[in-house]
Amino acid sequence: MTSQFFNRMTPYMFMAPAGIIMAIALIYPLGYMMYGSLLDWNPSQSIGEAEFVGLKNYVTLWFDPAFRESLGVTLTFAFFVVVAEMLIGVGLALLLDRNIRGMSVLRTLFILPMMIAPVVVGLMWRYMYHPSIGIFNRFLDKVGLEKVDWLGQNALMSVILADIWQWTPFIFILSLAALQSLPQSAIEASRIDGATPWQQIVYIKLPMMLPILIVTALLRLIDAFKVLEVILVMTEGGPGLSTEILALRISRTATEFRELGVAAAMSNYLLMLLMILTVSMFAFTRWQERRANRLAAAIQEDE
Amino acid sequence: MSDKSYDKQNPAFYALLITLIFMSVGPIVLMFANSFKLDVDITSGTGGLLFMPTIQNYETALCDVLWYEPEHLDFCGLKFGGAFLNSLVIALVSTILTLVIGCMAAYALVRFRFMGRDAASLTTLLVRMVPPAVLLVPVFGLWNNEFCLDKNGFLGGMIRDTFGGRGDVCLAGTHSGIILIYVAMNLPFVIWILQSFILQVPRSLEEAARVDGAGPFQVFFKIVLPLIKPGLAAAAIFTFRIAWNEYLLASALSDRDTKTVPILIVNNMSEFNVEWGVIMATGMLLAIPPIIFTLFASRQIITGMTAGAVKG
Repeated sequence: MTSQFFNRMTPYMFMAPAGIIMAIALIYPLGYMMYGSLLDWNPSQSIGEAEFVGLKNYVTLWFDPAFRESLGVTLTFAFFVVVAEMLIGVGLALLLDRNIRGMSVLRTLFILPMMIAPVVVGLMWRYMYHPSIGIFNRFLDKVGLEKVDWLGQNALMSVILADIWQWTPFIFILSLAALQSLPQSAIEASRIDGATPWQQIVYIKLPMMLPILIVTALLRLIDAFKVLEVILVMTEGGPGLSTEILALRISRTATEFRELGVAAAMSNYLLMLLMILTVSMFAFTRWQERRANRLAAAIQEDE
Repeated sequence: MSDKSYDKQNPAFYALLITLIFMSVGPIVLMFANSFKLDVDITSGTGGLLFMPTIQNYETALCDVLWYEPEHLDFCGLKFGGAFLNSLVIALVSTILTLVIGCMAAYALVRFRFMGRDAASLTTLLVRMVPPAVLLVPVFGLWNNEFCLDKNGFLGGMIRDTFGGRGDVCLAGTHSGIILIYVAMNLPFVIWILQSFILQVPRSLEEAARVDGAGPFQVFFKIVLPLIKPGLAAAAIFTFRIAWNEYLLASALSDRDTKTVPILIVNNMSEFNVEWGVIMATGMLLAIPPIIFTLFASRQIITGMTAGAVKG
């Protein structure tokens, strides 16, 4: 009897530590935030003292031009970053999918930028973009071209460039892994049928990689909404609001403007956006699996 | 991959490879070089790669832990050594905790059927995407106001008597406060990655052990854990990297004595007159542990990355 009880409790004992920690430090704070977003709340008050204002924060935010601009910046940033990284990353993977010496060294060097602290990446690029001592402007000066005002007029583009530098390798590594796991027989068959390398890519490799590519792009998109430190160090959101992405605006609203309720409402908007993306990624993989199963079943029936 | 025959490629291909390597490593090398330059050399831009290397920047950065007093310094303002120690403690402790707790949970989710399993696994997947910025407000509020011990209570009173200070004893400003949120933040990801590794452990092995009389915990620690070492390594690196690099939550939760290296760097950046040499030296010191991991464990990192994305 006791041993049976013990057996039944085993999975819960394995789950308990993780469950407890996630409940008090993740789920409870999220609920706390959702309640907090309905309050007019500043950091010197405890949550019980704050005044209940209903959905006011959400409405105010929705009509707040600064918030809208920040949302626009976030979406622009995420869109360009993901598109550019997918194009470059997948392109490089297709190009470098060959049996060459030193591939593992190459991959090791490629993942370096991802592993380094975002704060340090921001620091590096802020130096390189520096109007007078930065390496880019110095180079432009040397070859006789006009200097570019990197973090001034072209701040958003510069920030996007830095992110592309840091995260293209992620896409590259994942799509290279996808490429190398493709069944060689299909590629071989197409080669025997006389497909050019270009045709192989367009008609065989890309369609077969597509499921993984879509998941990769969604993962990257979700991550693009989390970027904060790189931009904070490079531009602090400026000039004006031109690079103030949502995550940065949340932290400024909470610490500088001292409006925790509004910051919480903003966090909630961001969370909803990410939730939609995550759920669609989830739904997509499920759909993909089901389709694969159906195909497999159909093939078996044919036999 | 054991065959040593490589295809011959045309020279343009190698030129492309070299350009790519240059582009991805160039900025890091540039920062490394600059951290050995005096500010005068950085701002005047003379010499390029030909300069007299100096460790003066590193001396300034590490002045609070050096056993001698660097002669160019009158006053040691940068408390880098302390921050480095804080970062190390926080990152290591949270990595170990996350791994132990995470692999137990992952094992339960993969191997047992129990009530609430689906709910648990769905929640894990969903909270994986919560960004630190979203946690900022609630964590700030909770850690400062709610997760506290009353100073008049027994435990709180004891802590106040032993360590001094005023007010209630709160999680904010302590190492454990930061560690708690890092563990919680990293758990979903670790559970997710480890699940795919545990799935590959043959069930028959576990059953054999059980027939021989091993309890569930023995099976887990003696059979399963040794077999998923590559997965654990990958998960450890990713967790360490996040805990080591994180800035936002640490800056909201830490005080003067518990601040980590990223906070120190950001604080020094936003000041009006940036001392490029010193700041790059501190940046380099922050970047070195992840760089070492990458060089020695790139295979595990790549496995972890692909497992996390593809098998999800």
